Amino acid sequence: MAFIRKKRSLLLTCSLAFGFLASCSAPSNVEKAIDEQILHFGLGAEPQHLDPHLATSVAAHNILSALVEGLIGEDPKTLKPVPGVAERWNVSDDKKTYTFYFRKNAKWHNGDPVTAHDFVYSYRRILNPSLGAQYASMLHVLKNAKEFHSGAKTWEKANVGVLAIDDLTLELVLENKTPYFLELLNHYSWFPVHPPTIEKFGAFEQIGTPWTKPGNFVGNGPFSLSGHRINSVIEVQANPHYWDANQTKLSGIRFYPIETSDTEERAFRTGFLHVTQSVSSDRIEYLQSKHPEWIHSEPYLGTYYYRFNVKMPPFDDLRVRKALSLSVNRKLLVEKVLKGGQQPAYCFTPPDTGGFTAKEGYSYNPEEAKVLLASYLKEKGLLTLPPIELNYNTSEAHKKVAEALQAMWKTTLGIEIQLLNMEWKVFLSSISKGDYSLARAGWIGDYVDANTFLHLWRSNDGNNLTGWSNRAYDQSLSLAEQSLTPQERFTHFQKCEDLLAQEIPILPLYFYVHVSLRHPTVQGWYPTLLDHHPYKHVYLEGKITE
Amino acid sequence: MRTFFISRLLQAIPTLFVIATLTFFMTRFAPGGPFDSDKAIPDEIKIKLQSHFGLNLPLFDQYLLYMKNLLAGDLGPSFKYVGWDVSELISLAFPVSLSLGISALLIALLIGLPAGMLAALRKNTLWDYLPMGIAMVGVCLPSFVLGPILIMVFATELKWLPALGWYSWTDLILPSLTLGLFYAAYVARLTRAGMLETLKQDYIRTARAKGASPSRVILRHAIRGGLLPVVTYLGPAFAGLVSGSFIIESIFFIPGLGKFFVTAAFNRDYTVVLGTVLFYATLIIILNLFVDFLQAWLDPKAREQQ
Repeated sequence: MAFIRKKRSLLLTCSLAFGFLASCSAPSNVEKAIDEQILHFGLGAEPQHLDPHLATSVAAHNILSALVEGLIGEDPKTLKPVPGVAERWNVSDDKKTYTFYFRKNAKWHNGDPVTAHDFVYSYRRILNPSLGAQYASMLHVLKNAKEFHSGAKTWEKANVGVLAIDDLTLELVLENKTPYFLELLNHYSWFPVHPPTIEKFGAFEQIGTPWTKPGNFVGNGPFSLSGHRINSVIEVQANPHYWDANQTKLSGIRFYPIETSDTEERAFRTGFLHVTQSVSSDRIEYLQSKHPEWIHSEPYLGTYYYRFNVKMPPFDDLRVRKALSLSVNRKLLVEKVLKGGQQPAYCFTPPDTGGFTAKEGYSYNPEEAKVLLASYLKEKGLLTLPPIELNYNTSEAHKKVAEALQAMWKTTLGIEIQLLNMEWKVFLSSISKGDYSLARAGWIGDYVDANTFLHLWRSNDGNNLTGWSNRAYDQSLSLAEQSLTPQERFTHFQKCEDLLAQEIPILPLYFYVHVSLRHPTVQGWYPTLLDHHPYKHVYLEGKITE
Repeated sequence: MRTFFISRLLQAIPTLFVIATLTFFMTRFAPGGPFDSDKAIPDEIKIKLQSHFGLNLPLFDQYLLYMKNLLAGDLGPSFKYVGWDVSELISLAFPVSLSLGISALLIALLIGLPAGMLAALRKNTLWDYLPMGIAMVGVCLPSFVLGPILIMVFATELKWLPALGWYSWTDLILPSLTLGLFYAAYVARLTRAGMLETLKQDYIRTARAKGASPSRVILRHAIRGGLLPVVTYLGPAFAGLVSGSFIIESIFFIPGLGKFFVTAAFNRDYTVVLGTVLFYATLIIILNLFVDFLQAWLDPKAREQQ
């Protein structure tokens, strides 16, 4: 009996505890946010670096764009250049010299003025070969930057096209006319760092110093870093020294590196998050029908594709690659399998990338596919193709696509495809060694210009990895760089796209969309191709409904 | 007793050495490296990064260097969380896992022990079948099912408790329940078996014959022997609980050790993998030692053997 009483008292304690909790259940983050103006942001992953010159991820961009401001800013709707640290700029007639005139009231978080010399220092730092910055090549558009970065010449001898004319005037000279140059400036590799802070921590060419920790980080953006708990939260608060502090309505942002989309969704549903980074593909349909006010599917500058290893049979033969390509029904794939609003990809560059829309080169034609494969088999004296391995990194979403294609190739061509999922690093290692025949891949553009996509298939590009190389392709891309008019550039880009569709080293499948959950109280947030959302325009307003 | 204690501690040294060596080479032989990414890194930059972290040295030299630093208590820097040291990361994550583990263990014991004893004392009645039935379900129900169910009920629907995070004390409740209920089920079954075994012993019959009250028989005589299987289980269970659970930490978004360990393995963050493995090993060695002491205290037979 004693134990029964004990049990009862335990039950009583539990129910009392829950009753207590129920009576004092606090308002959610989203409810409090209307008064506090704190945005709760699902970051997806913990960034590896918060140093703009070493950062390599979307997560890092999402934080750095709050903490640091480049020469120019972005329009929240179109991402077109608007004044940032520079209040205005001039472009020379040959479109190779840009002069930026700084505003006097641009300040670092500690109150120091932001000067042209700070930018010279920053560009010299990221291009310094000893730093080993992964995105330093973004600055190769600057005159002689490549020479300095390769270590061939010292900074003084290289004469890199960066010059502080005075404290408030910066001149940048380019190697080639680069139509997307201003857009490039909003990539974090072009962001400035605060020279006294870098010097204090000896971070000029040293990786891993604590300068990016809260209390040490000095930026110049609308927000300053106020807290960082690894795998938990990164906090930023509005910076009163920011030149446009009046425009900034948020008092702070909390970034949560929640990696699983199911956990993110639960966080969203309980009012913990305003914005999620992703939505589980199984949940898209349900959320679209039940909560269309939450779920947003917005175009994203990226292409999902498969690589062929053209050095290995049977994909060393164009007929096989073409047969596989012609038997993929991309429309069916996006409508019945992906269902997130993705667009079928009949070329590699997503439509309207910096004004360029490629003609559809790839197509669906199962009859022609059968003929091509039959001719290959006949020539090789085979009855059917030996089974082909398709590699992809372990993920439910990649598996679904792979299974769909496996079925399409089986029905149309009678080919056996063996699906081989691999852990991410094992996958990367086998692709980079060329140890695959068919593999899944994806590419997200770094800036809004076709060059960010098409450079991949240059013969010597480190990302090519298909074994495919084509001289005409390389030439067209070089010609595009030197073109004088957009029309001329686009012609060369189209030539590149045509070559891809003729030779089929890759199989574009669909163009990405960014599917996320966003609370209706989040205002001033617009769909943009790069998923950039300048935070100084974002605010929280509206009625909280269940 | 003292010699036993000292010899056990000395045994720990070669154990840790072997673990460190094996882990070092196993992580290095896994395909891929910490700096591989889907965007190609130019070779010269990769070399720079590798030399920064000492990965350019011959493997055996790296090993010697690591062991030398280890002896000085330096676990090295993380490759993934650049700017953070492994010891710093462990010291941040371990208290989280520890508090979660302790509260889960308390839940396991508070629920498991009474339920198991009740079942043993009221053998083959409803008081036996009901808790043991629930315990069976508890053992079978994986945490990735129980966790989301608890969140759905208490966070999404009732809005009593937070669904995730690690920011206030209320954040502790749901994950500890998810983690603790599984162990409670186990503890209940072990307690029942242990108690049943003990209640059959001669000395219990003697105590009863001498006229000791039922509660005295249980609390004074039976409980010590009856709890032995639970105590044996508690050592590894506690180590398992405080070393963190990747699944619970992912579901509830908790910055504990389990997540560091698993993501470090995926990221090929060599130093973090090694650091956490060594930390776990030390923890388990210490806890096992503690359990041996506890057993000796509870069981005269074990005392003699030692």
